[in-house]
Amino acid sequence: MGSTNSTLSKIPNVEELVQETGFTPAHIVRLYDRFEALDKEKTGHLRPQDFGAINRLAINPIGDRIIGAFFSPGQETVDFHSFVRILAHFRPADKKRPKDPSMPEPVNSRTSKLKFAFQLYDQDKDGKISRAELLQVLRSMLEMQVTEEQLESIADRTIQEADLDTDDAISFEEFRKSLEKVNIDHKMSIRFLR
Amino acid sequence: MYISHLWEWQCLCCCINLVPLSPPSLPPSLPPSGIIAKELSSLEQEIQELRASGTTLSSEPEFEMADIMYFCRRGMESIVDDEVTKRFSAQELESWNLLTRSNYNARHISLRLSVLWGLGLFIRYGFLLPLRVTLAASGIGLLVVLTTIVGFLPSGWTYLSEKIHLMSYRICVRSLTAIITYHNSENKPKNGGICVANHTTPIDVIILANDGCYSMVGQIHGGLIGVVQRAMVKSSPHIWFERSEVKDRHLVAKRLSNHVADKTKHPILIFPEGTCINNTSVMMFKKGSFEIGCTVYPVAIKYDPRFGDAFWNSSKFGMVNYLLRMMSSWAVVCSVWYLPPMSREEGEDAVQFANRVKAAIATQGGLVDLLWDGGLKRGKVKNTFKEEQQKLYSKVLVGDQEDQGEDRPQEAEEEEGDQNEDRPLEDYTPRPLEDYTLRLLEHCSLRLQGEEEERGSETPMRVGVPLLPGY
Repeated sequence: MGSTNSTLSKIPNVEELVQETGFTPAHIVRLYDRFEALDKEKTGHLRPQDFGAINRLAINPIGDRIIGAFFSPGQETVDFHSFVRILAHFRPADKKRPKDPSMPEPVNSRTSKLKFAFQLYDQDKDGKISRAELLQVLRSMLEMQVTEEQLESIADRTIQEADLDTDDAISFEEFRKSLEKVNIDHKMSIRFLR
Repeated sequence: MYISHLWEWQCLCCCINLVPLSPPSLPPSLPPSGIIAKELSSLEQEIQELRASGTTLSSEPEFEMADIMYFCRRGMESIVDDEVTKRFSAQELESWNLLTRSNYNARHISLRLSVLWGLGLFIRYGFLLPLRVTLAASGIGLLVVLTTIVGFLPSGWTYLSEKIHLMSYRICVRSLTAIITYHNSENKPKNGGICVANHTTPIDVIILANDGCYSMVGQIHGGLIGVVQRAMVKSSPHIWFERSEVKDRHLVAKRLSNHVADKTKHPILIFPEGTCINNTSVMMFKKGSFEIGCTVYPVAIKYDPRFGDAFWNSSKFGMVNYLLRMMSSWAVVCSVWYLPPMSREEGEDAVQFANRVKAAIATQGGLVDLLWDGGLKRGKVKNTFKEEQQKLYSKVLVGDQEDQGEDRPQEAEEEEGDQNEDRPLEDYTPRPLEDYTLRLLEHCSLRLQGEEEERGSETPMRVGVPLLPGY
């Protein structure tokens, strides 16, 4: 009764979403409300401008990259399913899940979160973080606070430390290795209340 | 099952409490914060934590690949739920108040509760709504007719016009079943001053006008509202602007100054936020009304959300729809606090004065004091805030390496230190802010605003029409 069931029925393929992402129906309803709030023109899709309207995101130094993560290459809009799937990366990991190698990797596992972070660096999706890409990220995080030489030296140092096969780029495995001690689940998770 | 039982009893108890015997005179506690658990730690703390679990051997702060995760998570959190956007939609309640419109969760509603809800529905729509609509119609009709009549009388009859206004507003208040508690009436606004209040709904006007006579400020509309406005101005000096005059700040300021200079005219009622906010917070006050230089009487209005949500979400509902929703809620219960009058002090500019008043209103009403501009409902935020984030992060990375002889932009930190003494920050009451970053941004933005004032430039963020109630 009430507005929740009617909202649930508005969303197509809810069960599929629940299975795939692990969100409860209540969370999906909340995300749907949020989706609708962002979709001001009620087109059923979000465009980059709709994300840009969120003030906190606009002042985030890597805000543009985060927005870009929602859109598959070549696509200009994101529908609700893709929206939820991306956000599912940030669900806290299920501690009780049995490690079943035949099942596909759940979307909020440590590896998936690492992949997501990797893709924030690797914009051209060639599987490696090149020096130029690293510089770009550093530039957006620091902009005018440090000089160009400092940026370059930070980039060089980082690649030196992480790059094990000395190809002057950081592959996903090297990325994973350099972050093996970081508590990824804690740092890349959003806890939903209720 | 036990949990749903408990929740059910919570709702029932809430309904039993529907009849307020004596509303509390203490300011209410802060509303619950959002749908996700936000970490209250700052940028510095989080990056240190990332470092501690990372692979750095030295104790010197360096860039780590994992640093991006902090920004990534913050970004995602803001996509799911952010401070500003949620102020423009109705506040959520912890337990249900038997109005369908307030039911947000996927909670199961048992049979008992459904029966109660059905009963409530019948009472509200079948009995209360027609009664209220009739009352409202007669209240407005009387206002129009009587003020027109009084307009024909010579100007010495202000007493009569006051009585008529008060009576019509009283009828309108009854028509909404507004149960209002006025606190500290000794601080009620007097002639020759400006009354400022936080803005939640157009009904704020009626609630305040119920207890005293004010001169309203606004843009003249067409239609029914225009008729009412024109009738009201015949008997008492309200300030209505034509649409074209609205853009001219100096004209607006001049008319207001003339009005307050005349001590026989009633105090002006202004809502400096410029738009309706959902009554959980107070947003940036536009400085125009604080430049006039007369006494300001702050008023805090807080609605009790359990009886009906008074917030007007102008993008979702039109005016008529909104009024019908108001009249079909249980009631409108609110508290009005009259705060002691304030004036601009020596060496204080309009913006600081506005912030001081805002802080006082927020503290009294138990609202969150936010820096953000209410105009962000429709516009975007400035780039300077992004630079502040970058500054914070760069401080973590290179801030301690002074001995390396790099030319860092030194003036950022030194400026902050100097400006601290100039600005009377200690006048501000401590605000219940949820984010350390916001506090820093606020401080920086005050500094930025101060700089821009000195340069005499006017940026779009603050110019606008500061004086009109946001409809």
